[in-house]
This record gives sequence, structure tokens and C-alpha cells, in this order.
Amino acid sequence: MKQRVLKSLMALSLTATTGSVFAADVKLGVFLGFTGPIESLVANMGPAAEQAIKEVSDSGKFLAGTTVTAVRADTTCVDSAAATAAIERLITSDKVSGVIGGDCSGVTTAALTNVAVPNGMVMFSPSATSPALSTVEDGGLFFRTAPSDARQGVVMTQVIMDRGIKEVAVTYTNNDYGKGLADAFQTSFEAAGGSVTISASHEDGKADYSAEVGALASAGGEALVVAGYLDQGGKGIIQGALDTDAFETFVLPDGMVGDALPAAIGPDLNGSFGQAPGTDSEGAGKLVEMATGYDASSPFAAESYDAAALIMLAMQAAGSSDPADYKDKVFDVANAPGELILPGELEKALNILASGGEIDYVGASNVELIGAGESAGNYREIEIKDGALSTVKYR
Amino acid sequence: MEDFLNAFALISNFVLVPAIAYGSQLALGALGVTLVFAILRFSNFAHGDTMAFGTMVTILVTWWFQSMGISLGPLPTALLALPFGIAACAAFLLISDRLVYRFYRQQRADPVIYLIASVGLMFVTNGFVRFIIGPDDQRFADGERFIIRAREFKQMTGMAEGITIKVSQGITVVTMIIVVAALFWFLNKTRAGKSMRAYSDNEDLALLSGINPDRVVAITWILAAALATIAGTLYGLDKSYKPFTYFQLLLPIFAAAIVGGLGNPLGAIAGGFVIAFSEIFVTYAYKKFASYALPEEWATGGLLQLLSTDYKFAVSFMILLLVLLFKPTGIFRGTGV
Repeated sequence: MKQRVLKSLMALSLTATTGSVFAADVKLGVFLGFTGPIESLVANMGPAAEQAIKEVSDSGKFLAGTTVTAVRADTTCVDSAAATAAIERLITSDKVSGVIGGDCSGVTTAALTNVAVPNGMVMFSPSATSPALSTVEDGGLFFRTAPSDARQGVVMTQVIMDRGIKEVAVTYTNNDYGKGLADAFQTSFEAAGGSVTISASHEDGKADYSAEVGALASAGGEALVVAGYLDQGGKGIIQGALDTDAFETFVLPDGMVGDALPAAIGPDLNGSFGQAPGTDSEGAGKLVEMATGYDASSPFAAESYDAAALIMLAMQAAGSSDPADYKDKVFDVANAPGELILPGELEKALNILASGGEIDYVGASNVELIGAGESAGNYREIEIKDGALSTVKYR
Repeated sequence: MEDFLNAFALISNFVLVPAIAYGSQLALGALGVTLVFAILRFSNFAHGDTMAFGTMVTILVTWWFQSMGISLGPLPTALLALPFGIAACAAFLLISDRLVYRFYRQQRADPVIYLIASVGLMFVTNGFVRFIIGPDDQRFADGERFIIRAREFKQMTGMAEGITIKVSQGITVVTMIIVVAALFWFLNKTRAGKSMRAYSDNEDLALLSGINPDRVVAITWILAAALATIAGTLYGLDKSYKPFTYFQLLLPIFAAAIVGGLGNPLGAIAGGFVIAFSEIFVTYAYKKFASYALPEEWATGGLLQLLSTDYKFAVSFMILLLVLLFKPTGIFRGTGV
């Protein structure tokens, strides 16, 4: 008797995952590095994604009144084994219908190829920017609201060349993001006639960067490109290079752009420049206004909100929370034609989709999906003036 | 002559000064590890996070002082707050000893069990620190930043290369010397220090001769707390405070303690400097140095770098490996691993 009850329970839970239209509750995994080197960024990315989930859930318009709940899991950003185990848990034990994440490129690739693809699960990363993810075998299951760094390499080359700088040294954080960006940049910069004196890696979270600064200073260059993280090795390198007077001008790609950097380094950073994904769209400002309890202008917070929103809108368009059904709808809701949707208008979007209409999700990061399902990428060129980030222009 | 001076300034700026400061920080950390190993006979993996805890309290008190307008003028306020950090850290370690290690001491457990218990305590401390102060970077340095700046140095001397010495680097070295002198005086001259050494040499004999083990253990933890907090605060002043970095500091600190000889305080200091200097010397690109020091016709286009900085950590672990192969007790005779 007992066993029969158990069996029927199991059968019930099985139908709950496959025939999810009838499920009372859809779960989404928020799969980000809550601990580890980018835990300070994730402190804003996680809540941003969860805000979108709450917005959709509270509207009562999602899949005929289904609620959505977020389940957090930790990528650690660096430990692929831990990340793989975490997403395994999300899929097999929490039975999520989609995953927002991962964050760092390395763990994202591992989780995608080892777990998500074999299980037919959709992953929507807000911040993995490695060019390698554009060509990975993903079976149409992987998307990102972050642009590939191949594009950033080209933009950064233009930004540097426009200032008449032809010779730079490069240091990158030793992971898929840093290496991918440094290589993409070097290829593009040398093709444009510039030269890279040295391309040296650094490890994050280490005790001391004197050795790296020494090597970079010896190689020389008009500016130092720091493809790292602003609260990690990247900051340590800049501080060391300024203290020893090795470089005066720094080029800051997306991982280095944030208010914390000029605040930590001080006036010596004035005159340094760089670029980060960003738009002057009203969506970004709107999300900042809406954000409660976190900072929506922090890097990748907007992308996190958008990733969560897009998964749920695609589910709504497909009328199902089964990844196999809604993965083909992601492009439809993200791109034209259709009504433009900004943050805070998810209820409106759900209504339009429910009545068979079309939407063009713009969101907080001006989403336009291209290629293998990644953001085309709008970049904000910034310069540090009087100890604060100022926008030069948008590219 | 001018070329020679430039070459010297260059090497000082990029190699000697940073290596001496970093070496001092590692030495202070390794001293704490080695002390616990000598007396309590286990490798305390929680030491890095103990540093983070002590520094956290120091930072909180520093902020409190800053908000009241108390400062040390050109010196960082954190030095004033240090005693508070040490006291809190000592209390924390004594409580954790009472809750965790005392049980195993009564069981006369194997060192490896202590080691695993310390790993557990490391994670608990780790979470506790983040719970209070958060995972972010914290800034608490104030006062003057530089004793001399490279730019000023160049203007003063008219040389092409400058030397930067930061206040934090100066304080680090001076504090290191004072702390080490005080520690050696304590271990060799005072009654408590002698009883600690006796306990370390032969526990049973020490107990027979009437040394109170609880007292020895308590003093050891208090000293470890003082060393950890001082090392952590100096490191935070020189670089920055972030709990994750302190966790990562554990590796070079252990490398330093083992290279020098675990359980030997002199070895911990030597080990700290060996690790710091080897990391920086071996991976420095000597291109610019050669352009000053060597005749022009010898110039090459290469970077003259022995090893890429990617292998910086390989260098310290190579040394660790060689030391363990040829002199398993470390450079100075330690207890062995």
C-alpha cells in the first residue's frame, strides 16, 4: 500500500515536470557565483534576476496564473566541479524549468556542456562573455544577454586608436573571460596596426602583484590594458602600477568599469578610459529606479534582470515551461517585430503574448539577440574624470 | 655611473621594495602558523581566516575612531585600533579552542584530526567574517600614503628611474622587526615563554615538571591572535581588505612556514622572505634593467624574462618541493612535516 502511494507520488511529480503547463509553480534556477571572486557583483545580479521573477509571479498573468519562484545555486565562478554539481541539483532535485546563469565563462561552459545540454535545459547567462561560447555545441539551449568579447575586442581597439595610442601592454585575469578578451583584443589591435608589448596573465584574489607589475613595466607601452575584475587582481595591478609609476593611463574593459574603482584608487586614475556594455536607453534608468535593496547600475545587474525576463516571456509565448518548447521562442520575444517592452512592463508583455500578440523585449540592457543567441552588444565608452566615471559616447 | 644608479633604482622600485614588504607580511603570517604547529602540533588551516577576522575588528574600530575624529596624523588610524582587533581575535580563538580543539586534546587525537577540524573552523570563520563585514573590498587606510613617490624622486634627483616607498611598506617592515624582537624576547626570557618551549619540546616531561597545559595553550592562541591580526592589518593597509584574499593568503604563508622549517620561528621569517623574493626575482622582466646595466651593443629585443608571471606560484612551490626533497625539516631545522 505504502509503495503504491509512493509510486503514484513519483508519477505525479514526473507529470509535474513534463506537463508543466498544469504545474502550479514554475521554478527558475538563479545560478550565479554567490561566493568566490565575483561575489560582490553577484550581490546585485542575483536580486535583479529575482526582481524580474517576482514581477512576473506577482502579476498573475504568467501561464494562466502560475507562480514563479527562484531557486539559488552557487557557481563559485571558479570551481567547475562545484558548479556542475550545483546545476545538477537544480535540474534533478529542484526540478527547475530554466536556469539564469552561470556567470563566469569557465564554469558556465562546464555546466552547459556537462549538465544543461544532456538534460535539455535552457541556460541564459547574464555575464559570460567568452567568445568560445558563441560556437559551443549547445543544441539551441544556451543564450546570453551579455555580448561576446570578440565584439568588445573590436570596440576597445577603436577606443584606444581614437586616442592616438599605438603601443600597449596587456594584462588579463587568468580565466576564460580574461584570456578570451585579451586574445580577441590583441588580434584586433594588431590588425589595426597597433602593437602589444606583452600579454601577461594575473591570478585573482592573490596576495601580491609586484611580480606582474614589474614585468609589465619592463615591457613598457603607452597604456596598460587591464582585462580583469575591479575588486580583484585588476585593481591590485593598477594600484601597483600607479604606486611604482610604471603606467599612468589604463584601459578598462567591462570587468573593470565601476564606481568602486575610482573611489578606491583616487585621483591618479583620472584620464584612464575604457568601455562596458551599456546603453543610454531609458530601460537602464528605469531599472535603477525600480531596484529595491540592490544597485541596478552595478555591472551585469541589468543583464540579469533581462535574462530572467526573457526566459519567462519565452515560456509565455510558447505557452509552456518545457525548455524544449520555449527555447525556440526566445528570439521571437527578444527581437523585432512587436511592441517594445521595458523593465517594469513585464505584466503588459505577458498580456500581449497571452492574446497572441508580438513583443520586442528591450529591457534594461537594450537586448538584441544575434548569432547563436547572444546580445549584439552596445558599449558605453567611459573616461575617468575628477574621480568619477563619465560617459564619452555610445558605440 | 648614472646608468648604474638608474638600474639600481629600477630594481629597487619594482623588485626590492615590494619584495621586502610582501616578505614581511608573509613572515608575520608564517610565524603564527609555525607557533601553533610547534606548541599545539597541528597545521592550522584557519590561520588565513583568523587574520581576516582580526583585521575585520580592527577595521570596524578604525571606522569608529575616524567617525569620532581620532587620528594619528600621517600614520594610519588602524594602528590605534590594532589592540582592539587583537583582543577580539584572541577572544575568538580562545572560544574556538574551548569549543573545538579542547575536545580533541582530551582525546589525544592525531594531528590530522586537528587539521581537518581546523579546515572546518576555517569555513565557519570565513562565513562569519562575510556575515559581519560582507564580501566586498573595504578601505580603511588613511594618513599619508607615500614616504617618497617615484615622480618626486625623479624630480629631486633628475634620474630617469624613480623609487616609490609607501608609508604602509615602511610601517610593515618596522612593525615586523619590533614584533619579531618582542616575540623572541618573550619565548627566550620570560617564564611563560620558557614553559611554552618546554611544552613544545616534550609535552609529558613538561606536564611532569608542573607546567599548566591550559595556560600554555591559552598563551599560544593569544600570541597567534596577535600575530594574525598584525599581519592581516598590515597587509590590508598595504594592499586592501577583502575576505577572499585572506583565504588565498594561506597558501604562500604555509609555503613560507614549511620552507623555513615548520615549528621554527626563525625559519618562518626566512621562509617568508625566500618565497617573496623568489616569486618576484624569477619572474621579473630584465629588459629595462639590462638597457641600463649592460653595454648597448648587447641589447636584445626580448623581455629577458626567466619565467612568465603565470608561473609565479610554480616558483614558490618548486622551492617548497626542493626543500622537502633535500631537507625535509626546512632551511632552519623545524619539526618536519
